[in-house]
Amino acid sequence: MWAYILRRLLYSVPILFGVSLVVFSLFHLVGGDPATLLLGKHATAERVASVRAELGLDRPLIIQFGDYLKEIVTFDFGKSYTTREDIRTKIIHGAGPTLFLSVPAFVITAFLSLLISLVVSYYRGSWIDRASVVTFVFLMSMPSLAYILFGQYILASKLGWFPISGYGATPSERVYYLALPVLISIFLNLGSDIRFFRNAIIEEVNQDYVRTARAKGLPEKWVYLKHVLKNSMVPVITYLVIEIPYLVLGSLLLESFFSIPGIGGMTVEAVNNSDFPVLKAMTTVISLLYILTTILTDVLYRAVDPRMSFGKRE
Amino acid sequence: MWNKALKKVFQKKIPLLCASIIIFFLMIAFAAQFFGLASNWDTPIGAQYMPPNSSGVLFWFGTDILGRSVLLKTIQGTRVALSVGIITAILSAPIGVFFGMVSGYFGGWIDDLIVWFVTTLSSIPNILLLIAISYSMGRGMTAVYIALTATSWITLARILRGEVLKHKQREYLIAAEALGVTHSSRIFKHLLPNVMHQIILSMTFMVEIAIRSEVLLSYLGLGVQNLPSWGKMIDDAKGELSTGVWWQLTGATCAMFLLMFAINVLGDYVRDALDPRAQI
Repeated sequence: MWAYILRRLLYSVPILFGVSLVVFSLFHLVGGDPATLLLGKHATAERVASVRAELGLDRPLIIQFGDYLKEIVTFDFGKSYTTREDIRTKIIHGAGPTLFLSVPAFVITAFLSLLISLVVSYYRGSWIDRASVVTFVFLMSMPSLAYILFGQYILASKLGWFPISGYGATPSERVYYLALPVLISIFLNLGSDIRFFRNAIIEEVNQDYVRTARAKGLPEKWVYLKHVLKNSMVPVITYLVIEIPYLVLGSLLLESFFSIPGIGGMTVEAVNNSDFPVLKAMTTVISLLYILTTILTDVLYRAVDPRMSFGKRE
Repeated sequence: MWNKALKKVFQKKIPLLCASIIIFFLMIAFAAQFFGLASNWDTPIGAQYMPPNSSGVLFWFGTDILGRSVLLKTIQGTRVALSVGIITAILSAPIGVFFGMVSGYFGGWIDDLIVWFVTTLSSIPNILLLIAISYSMGRGMTAVYIALTATSWITLARILRGEVLKHKQREYLIAAEALGVTHSSRIFKHLLPNVMHQIILSMTFMVEIAIRSEVLLSYLGLGVQNLPSWGKMIDDAKGELSTGVWWQLTGATCAMFLLMFAINVLGDYVRDALDPRAQI
């Protein structure tokens, strides 16, 4: 097992290198000049040159790339162009509010959609199934901005059930402010989650071992609970684990609409202010997390599923 | 297989309805693109922020801050959305097909290289990659097309690589190899028709994802600049809603919702019809 983990980690080195190459070339080669973007079109040439020197943009690209690699390893991404804050501190400060919003939303959505899809797939083919499929495709097809805008307008402004936006200092205040964003986030993801889970469960129902279990006279309920449920957990868990890096990114839209001082809102702000280092750091950190999560999933898979034993190549 | 599946799908009412909705949207977009439908969206037709009323077709969706017809803006938005969706799908499908098939078919170091590239790109969260690309390309339609193309081919390449690996074991390809059929003929004459349904299905969902992403990019101010798009209408609505102006948001939302719903449902039906195991 350790050998496998080690190999997986080594394999991720070229991926990480690839990610840094792509991100670097996007921000440094293709992108416009950050100094001009910062100062506006009417800045004098000397002023632009001095800002370029200050930001270290006048050095050879290969050295800048080396610096960038060093940033990744040391986790020190320099300072924001606009606020002059240390980006690492910014990310650490933003992570709290983001996780406060995204983790409860993620857990509740996963639990709810698993429960619903179990019921729905048990009654597959009946009117319950058909009606719920329509409902969840309906939920999925609504644009996410519409959920946020209408939710905020109707539930917060009109009915006054929730605060319109903001974020609290104490845990109870946070619950008060985050209730509506969490609720909206659940509705945003419920449709696609249920659709995926339902299909994963039904995929298992069509397997041979289910036919065997039925043939030996096991009641349908037990076939379902004992065999189908266990086996359909593999795709379900993969689906959920892959979403974990995105919990840290949070929701760009929800956070900016509800003025939650998290990482998602920070990213939107960075887009609006052309804050290159912040965007670059954000992209790098989330990609890093993504790579780590995929390794974790693969290792877990092998630990859980005896068909994929350690040491054998896929 | 393809004919039979389509026949089976269109015998039912719901997929037929969805197809008509999609065709309706396509016709509107086509008319706006080539016959100047709603080209006068920029001229005010009345006072600002008139709620929807029945004094004329143009007033059905109300007016915006400059007194322009929201209906015409929605139509222009349809044109933008569909052209973004369709152009993205047309541009990225060949890239995905090429990399996916080459990688699965040849294997070896070519496969390793392509898998490395695909894994690298899919390790970067889609939304951040989109933002980064459209940022570095500058604002506007071209940047949107490039950003969406660069991100949408990845899934197709992955799916096709897996499919080709499966098909490589099948008798028909082994037989073709034994008969001495050339690589290109094996790829284009034998493999391609067998994975065509995957390509078409993926393209449908590419259209959907591209339209959604365009709305998001426009909202972030990175999308289309001088045309009304659904994303920009929703972005405008952000400030209007608190003053009770709900129609601009409703117009864009309803249009987008209808199209997404039709694509999703039709896609599901087609997929089920093509999958012999999905008979429940």
